[in-house]
Amino acid sequence: MRLELCSITIRDVRFSSQTEVKGDVLYVDKQEMIDFCRDERLASIDIEIAKPNEATRIVPVKDVIEPRVKVEGGGGMFPGFVSKVDMVGSGITHVLKGVAVVTTGKIVGFQEGIIDMSGPGAQYTPFSETLNVVVVAEPQAGLLQHDHEAALRTMGLKAAAYLGEAGRHAKPSSTEVFDCPPLPQALKQFPGLPKVAYVYMLQSQGLLHDTYVYGIDAKRTLPTFIYPTEVMDGAIVSGNCVSACDKNTTFHHQNSPIIHELFARHGRDYNFIGVVVTNENVTLSDKERSSNFTAKLIEWLGVDAAIISEEGFGNPDADLMMNCVKLEKKGIKTVLVTDEYAGQDGASQSLADADPLADAVVTAGNANQVIVLPKMQKVIGHKETADVIAGGWHGSLAADGSITAEIQVITGSTNELGFSRLTAKGV
Amino acid sequence: MSNQKLKVVHYLNQFYGGIGGEDKADHHPEERAGVLGPGMALQAALGADAEVVATVICGDSYFAENIESALHTVITMIKAHAPDIVVTGPAFNAGRYGVACGAVAKAVFEELRVPVVSGMYPENPGVEMYCRYAYIVRTGNSAADMRKAIPAIANLVKALGKKEEVAPETHAYIPQGLRKNYFHTERGAKRAVDMLVAKINAQPFVTEYPMPHFDRVAPNMPIADARKVKIALVTSGGIVPKGNPDHIESSSASRYGKYDLQGVTDLTPESFATAHGGYDPVYANLDADRVLPLDVLREMEKAGEIGSLHRYFYTTVGNGTAVANCAAFAKKIAQELVNDGVHAVILTST
Repeated sequence: MRLELCSITIRDVRFSSQTEVKGDVLYVDKQEMIDFCRDERLASIDIEIAKPNEATRIVPVKDVIEPRVKVEGGGGMFPGFVSKVDMVGSGITHVLKGVAVVTTGKIVGFQEGIIDMSGPGAQYTPFSETLNVVVVAEPQAGLLQHDHEAALRTMGLKAAAYLGEAGRHAKPSSTEVFDCPPLPQALKQFPGLPKVAYVYMLQSQGLLHDTYVYGIDAKRTLPTFIYPTEVMDGAIVSGNCVSACDKNTTFHHQNSPIIHELFARHGRDYNFIGVVVTNENVTLSDKERSSNFTAKLIEWLGVDAAIISEEGFGNPDADLMMNCVKLEKKGIKTVLVTDEYAGQDGASQSLADADPLADAVVTAGNANQVIVLPKMQKVIGHKETADVIAGGWHGSLAADGSITAEIQVITGSTNELGFSRLTAKGV
Repeated sequence: MSNQKLKVVHYLNQFYGGIGGEDKADHHPEERAGVLGPGMALQAALGADAEVVATVICGDSYFAENIESALHTVITMIKAHAPDIVVTGPAFNAGRYGVACGAVAKAVFEELRVPVVSGMYPENPGVEMYCRYAYIVRTGNSAADMRKAIPAIANLVKALGKKEEVAPETHAYIPQGLRKNYFHTERGAKRAVDMLVAKINAQPFVTEYPMPHFDRVAPNMPIADARKVKIALVTSGGIVPKGNPDHIESSSASRYGKYDLQGVTDLTPESFATAHGGYDPVYANLDADRVLPLDVLREMEKAGEIGSLHRYFYTTVGNGTAVANCAAFAKKIAQELVNDGVHAVILTST
C-alpha cells in the first residue's frame, strides 16, 4: 500500500459565497456548509471561525477533525461514516494543512474540552495554532446523550469532508510518500536492522467512551493489523466524551504522531513493520483477551520492539500494563506513552496500575495541574459548562469570566499519542 | 517583599543544641533566643538577608517516645515567632534525629504553611518518610560534612525567601516525590521513538515515569453467613441525591458524600442521579440502583438473606481522582463503618 499525502497550506479562512481554495485561503459558503451538515437530530447548526491569537474561547469542544479528501485510490474519507467501507490508505490524499473543524454546542456528557486561541491556555492545545472552522450544533429537545454524541460525531466528519472537498483540485505545497509493502517484502527490507511495530490502543470503555474503526465500534472488535496509511485516510475516528486532555480527537488519529515519527527513522535505525489496533474494554476477560491477541499479533509480525500508546486513564492503565507485560515476557522490548493523574499537588501515584517491566515510559504530563484561564472577549459555545466538564468543579467559572480548572479541561493538553511537548518530571 | 529580614527558626536535637549526648536524649522541648551550635555557621552563611531568631531543642528519645506532645510543644514554640522559613538539622545519618527533623517539617508544612529546609544523608529513614514536606539537602553520613551542608542549606533558604524557582538539580536537595509539568523541546512521539531505539540497542535511557511500588490488596475471607451481618453500600460510581448537594466533582473528586437511606427502598430518577463524569449517565440516572444496588438489598433484607443494610451509604467519583485522595477517603469511611458495627461492604465501581 502506497499513499501520497499532499498538503495544501492554508493561511486564512474567510466566509464567502462559494466554498473553494484560492491561493492559500480557504473560502467557505456558510449556508451551503450548514445545509450539508444538517441532521434531523440537531435543532440548529451555525458556523463560526476562530483564528490563532484571537481572544476567543471554544467550549465545550467535542471533536476536532482535519479536512482531507481522497483524490486517487480506493474509497473515500472516514470510511464507514461519510464514505462506504471500502479500504483506504493508498493513492493520493489532499490535506488542508492549517485548518481544523471543531464541533461544539450543548454539552453531551461531562467530558468535552476547552480551546483558547490565545493566553496561557493556548500553549496547552495544538488547536490554538489552527484556523478553526467551528460548527456549533444544538440538539433537539430530549435527545439522549448517546444519540446526541452520534449526531455530533457524524456532523463533524461531514463538515471536514465538505471542506476537504474544496482541496481536491488545489495545488499541494508539499508531498510525503508512505510506502507499506506486503508483509513478506516488508520483513525483507533493510536486513540487519531491528524490526519494530506500534500497538495503538483505542478508547472503547463504552458509555460515550468509544472509538470507531471503519465505522465499527472498537469494543466489538478483536485486535487487528492496520496499515499506517489507512489511519491517515480517516479509518479511525473519535466518538469520545472522555477527558479532553487525553482523548484522541479524530485530528490526532489522522495525524497519528507515533506513526509519523516511526516513519521518520524507518530504514535508518529500524524497520517499521506495522500497526496493531487494539481496544480498552472494561471487563477483565475482555482485557485479557485483547492483550493476549495483541501480544500474539505482535509476536506474529516477528518484531523486536514496539511502542504502545494509551488513550484515557485509570481503567485503561490496566490494559496498558497487560500489553506491556505480555510483550516483554515474549522478549519484545516496549516503550509506553501515557499521561499522569498525580493530583493537583503532584504528590499522588500517577497511574492506576504499575509493573516493574514497564521500565521505559514517556509521559505527556500531569493532567491535574491547575491553571487559570483568563476571560476571553468572545466565547463560542457555552461557557457555563466549565463548572461540570472533567477537570473543572463547582465554581471553576468565576463571575469575571475567568476559569480556574485542571489542564484536564484543555483539548489535547496531555495527548497520549505524543502529539505535544508537555511532560512531567520528579522534583 | 518588604525589606525586612527573613525570619528563620532552627530546630536541633540535644546533641547539636549543646545539652549533651545520649544521656541527655530525654531532654524536653526547650526554646532559646538566637543561634546555637550549627546555627552560628548557618547565620554566617545567611549573612544580612536572614536572621535566625530562635532555636528550638528537643532530645531525640523524648521526641520519639512522646511524639504527639513533643511535636505539639515544638510547633507551638516555632509558631510564636511567625517564621518565614524553618530549618531542621542537618541530621546527616542519625536516624531518630532525621525522623524528628522530618516530623517537625511535616507539621510546619501543614500547620504553618511555610517552607522547611533540612539536611540528611539519603539513607536516613527521615528522608523516605518526610522528603515530601521539606527541601532536604543531600549531605554526607556524618557531621564531618557540616562545612558543606550549611552553605547548601543557607543557599536554599535564601532562594526560597526570594520566592525563586528551586529544583533538586540546581539546589542539591533530595527530590520530593512530586510530579511537575514542563514543556520538553521534543514532542512525546519523538521521545518515544528515541527511547525505543536506545532500548533496542541496549544504550542508556531514562524513563520519564519510574514505576511506583503498587499497593495490591489481598481480598478478605468470604463471609460465612450473610444472614447475620450488617452490610453497607459504598460506591465510586458517583450516585448522589439529585442536585448533588455536596458538589462532588465529576472528575478528580476532592470529597465524598454520606447519605441516609432510611425508609428508601428504591432509587428513583426523581431522587437520585450520578455526579460521575466518566460515563454516559443516562442509564444510571434512569435507575441509580444499577450502580448502587439498593433495591435488591432491601429485598434481601426483607427476606432475611442478609442481616441488615447499614443506614448510610458513602459515595464519591472515581474518575481521575488521585490515589492519595481515594486512600484518605477510604481511611475515614472504613473507620466510621467499623465504629458503626458494619461487618461487610459492597463496593461498586463503574
